[in-house]
Amino acid sequence: MTESLDSTVPYHELLYSMIRLRAVEETIAERYAEQEMRCPVHLSSGQEGVSAAVGACLGPKDMAVSGHRAHIHYLAKGGSLKRMLAEIYGRQTGCSSGKGGSMHLIDETVGFKGSTAIVGGTIPLGVGLGLSIALKKTKEISVIFLGDGAVEEGVFYEAANFAALKKLPVLFVCENNFYSVYSPIAYRQPSGRKIHEMVKGIGLDSHFGDGNDVVATYKMCSSAVERIRNGEGPVFLEFETYRWREHCGPNYDNDIGYRTEREYLNWLDRDPLVKFIAWLKNNDLIADAQISQMKEQINAEVTEAFDYARNSLPPKAEDAFTHLYSKGGKV
Amino acid sequence: MRSITYAQAIREATEIAMDQDPNVICLGLGVDDPKGIFGTTLGLKEKFGGDRVFDMPTSEAAMTGIALGASLNGIRPLMTHQRLDFFLLTMDQIVNNAAKWNYMFGGNSSPMSLVARLILGRGWGQGPTHSQSLQSWFAHIPGLKVVMPTFPADAKGLLLSSLFDGSPVMFLEHRWLHNTVGDVPAGDFRTPIGKAQIVKEGTDLTVVAYSYMTVECLQAITLLEANGISVELIDLKSIRPLDWDTVLKSVRKTGRLLAADTSNAMCSVASEIVATVTSECFDELKTAPRRLTLPDFPAPTSPALTKDFYPRAEDVARIIGEMMDKKLDVSEIVKARKSPHDVPGDWFKGPF
Repeated sequence: MTESLDSTVPYHELLYSMIRLRAVEETIAERYAEQEMRCPVHLSSGQEGVSAAVGACLGPKDMAVSGHRAHIHYLAKGGSLKRMLAEIYGRQTGCSSGKGGSMHLIDETVGFKGSTAIVGGTIPLGVGLGLSIALKKTKEISVIFLGDGAVEEGVFYEAANFAALKKLPVLFVCENNFYSVYSPIAYRQPSGRKIHEMVKGIGLDSHFGDGNDVVATYKMCSSAVERIRNGEGPVFLEFETYRWREHCGPNYDNDIGYRTEREYLNWLDRDPLVKFIAWLKNNDLIADAQISQMKEQINAEVTEAFDYARNSLPPKAEDAFTHLYSKGGKV
Repeated sequence: MRSITYAQAIREATEIAMDQDPNVICLGLGVDDPKGIFGTTLGLKEKFGGDRVFDMPTSEAAMTGIALGASLNGIRPLMTHQRLDFFLLTMDQIVNNAAKWNYMFGGNSSPMSLVARLILGRGWGQGPTHSQSLQSWFAHIPGLKVVMPTFPADAKGLLLSSLFDGSPVMFLEHRWLHNTVGDVPAGDFRTPIGKAQIVKEGTDLTVVAYSYMTVECLQAITLLEANGISVELIDLKSIRPLDWDTVLKSVRKTGRLLAADTSNAMCSVASEIVATVTSECFDELKTAPRRLTLPDFPAPTSPALTKDFYPRAEDVARIIGEMMDKKLDVSEIVKARKSPHDVPGDWFKGPF
């Protein structure tokens, strides 16, 4: 990390957020074998830098949507940890009352408008939220979390075109982790073509950054959010990063043949959290005691949230037959 | 009461909704072009402005998702598609988002709402990809509502109900209905979604029809009555939810069922009606229920090929005659028809 010191960057908030996001994902991985979380989980360990940075740039009224790997997007936007874990545990106290699971998270009290399982499926929804903000002439922005696979979906181009056409207040946050399930990006996109450069051609203000450098990521996001709030139109940010664990599930899958152990170890050397802590210490911005205190507080919160989830009641079997239509739409 | 056309009724409902609620917007390819979606959106942009009434990129998939996303922040989008066939490009947004949203978030989300006006039809060489009746695709999906009004008053009343329903509603209009005329109350009035109407009471046989097939069935009734057959005609109006009470009660009374559909037979609404009636009313049935549908083929284009393709009033009369064991001469229905077989009336001069 080469960033210079900047009093506008909330260093401690970013660190706290990253430690917390890592702790939640790693605890899920640890406890998954207990067979009590009975739904697929797509973990984001290793990718915390982007979520922590984006989350720190947004207000509670800003809105966000995401895809299947959404735990840390939801949490960074302020979503309730207890209700997320209860959802993964299939409990009635879950954020989707047990109907959604890990891939369908929502917390509208903090503007997290929903994550879904179909790649690219929420991109137009996020642009639509941007349209609604423009129609209502309010000051929020809409954030769309997407991956490198989602830019291969047709709706991405259609939605990006409309966002550019109407200069909508939309921030596209593209985490390029190089794999769509087990398919490397080299099998899916022409070599030499950069996502952020291609997107520039659609007419978006588009930039690239190292997602494992949380300070640089924060600065790019913060400046993008400011431009969007000033009515300058949508921004697309591509961040390189890497998921450590398997596509879906709690384990590592470097041995099954689609990527190498060496590649994984290289990225482990670029651990966004370890790098950030080293940099903070180098610049005398944090003491070990403060980090320990953060970890203690976070561990207590995570333990309490897991207890809450596990001790919550499951829904009743007949609850499978409710909520077909919204309250305003019952016949 | 005043008489206006089906197209005017739709325009009137849209205007009333937009007057009443500034969150109602109207978007779709050509909504503000000189033809105004067969006249149904004419003048709306002038009255409500380009922010609320706007043309869109040729991007059915994303634009449907964008409308759905806007609805999560209180916007009530009315989206038009001049041909239902183009709407197939957005089935992911409809099936995986619109239909599931309220359910998969356990009712903890804002309402995801959309009224998608989809126009389907027949005749004038619209052919295989410009006329499909795919209502059963939508009706198959829990979480969607599907309406297909037949009469101008219901077009208005159902459109107003749909716009304020808070759910995703597929609003299917048959092109041959746009110029039909009927009494339509002025002002805001709502036709409930999910209620069928007995258009004509009768005792011998129940015909369940909807959309343009109700019109063909009505044309058959005069001949049937003259031959002493008393038909009860039900116009469904809504496909999902479907008013089973009205259908089953009628069949229990008459003991005979003909289901008339605008679509192909396989997995059709008519098939569903026959299946449910057979299960629920088996002991009361006097004869096997029948379906009147399109052939299980894509629609051809040339007028020479469409001559016998689409079911018409004479087919309704012929089948009912068979079910009642009466030999009927249906030729006078054909003779009475003044327009060529591939247009709804002399008013229709093409091109689409």
